[in-house]
Amino acid sequence: MAGQLRAYRRQIRSVQATKKITRAMELIAASRIIKAQANVRASTPYARALTRAVSAAASNASLDHPLITEKPQVRRAAVLLLSSDRGLAGAYSSSVLREGERLTAALRAEGKEVSPYLVGRKAASFYRFRRRDVTAEWAGFTDSPRYEHAKEIGERLVADFGREAAEGGVDEIHVVYTHFVSMVTQEPRVIRLLPLEVVEGAGEQDGELMPLYSFEPSPEAVLDALLPQYVNSRVYNCLLQAAASELAARQRAMKSATDNADELIKSLTRLANNARQADITQEITEIVGGADALSSAGSRA
Amino acid sequence: MPLQVELVAADRSVWSGEATLVRARTVDGEIGIMAGHEPLLAVLAEGEVSVTGTGGGTTVHVDGGFFSVDSDTVTIVAETVREGTGRAAEDR
Repeated sequence: MAGQLRAYRRQIRSVQATKKITRAMELIAASRIIKAQANVRASTPYARALTRAVSAAASNASLDHPLITEKPQVRRAAVLLLSSDRGLAGAYSSSVLREGERLTAALRAEGKEVSPYLVGRKAASFYRFRRRDVTAEWAGFTDSPRYEHAKEIGERLVADFGREAAEGGVDEIHVVYTHFVSMVTQEPRVIRLLPLEVVEGAGEQDGELMPLYSFEPSPEAVLDALLPQYVNSRVYNCLLQAAASELAARQRAMKSATDNADELIKSLTRLANNARQADITQEITEIVGGADALSSAGSRA
Repeated sequence: MPLQVELVAADRSVWSGEATLVRARTVDGEIGIMAGHEPLLAVLAEGEVSVTGTGGGTTVHVDGGFFSVDSDTVTIVAETVREGTGRAAEDR
């Protein structure tokens, strides 16, 4: 019986150790979300200036830039999946992957080939396990992406977009990422990255008119220089959103793990107390029983 | 009336404030912007951008990007901005 008590105590100790780890991970994730959100905010002025400039240039240049024009026949579509490098973030990666699967199926149904571009080790191992071909993959920065990473991805995507489908190029590019709505809500989203949908006059706010810019060297050249930067900035924004979502998902997952550890410790402590009490009761019964036997034996003698 | 200048990199806002003169190198050559300049959207070449502020300016090295001028607001946008270069010290 004492063995059972020892087993409970060992279990409690192990759960306590796990609880310390999940608690630490929760705190780390919580502190890094603040930084991730600050990064999202810090990148907003750049994105805003760029969007404004692109729509100004687009309304002045003839709209036949290859990055804006829809290709008449779409034979291959690229899907960029933004997952995480590490697990222990609840359903974060799996919901992105599920959304990716859904999009892939939809694109295939339209008769398009799909070439996957993966970010994060979770997506890479998902594809490797299913022995699927992967066009490109990046990993190692999903929880703190820097602009260089976005640039690398963006340049690769633009380069592939520029090539013919027959040479391994793609005709349209979709991104699946997790949008950070709030600390409690993050939702997987699909956006079409290329060809870009430039909304003319998107930079106009409150009826403010777009000034008549003069362009140097020319509207077309300005647009030419801006669009790849715009793509990079879109990718960067998606990476930042995904990073904030990943951290929020991890924080929530680790919080519920910590709470669950508390519950486990509580019920195990009850069981251990029960076992200890049972031990004591049994000992008392044995002693009383033994004393009774002795005294009755003594009175008879 | 001074210029309102905002200098932003992809991941942060580098400098913002009032200035009297902005010098930059576009793909066509050097350009100086003072208050009252016509609206302009120009592509930057790799090089230095210097802002002469009303209360101290800044000189940075950019690797391309663009800048826009409209109604005395100058927005300089570059993917990467490196602050403080050797050249800047010589210029002064």
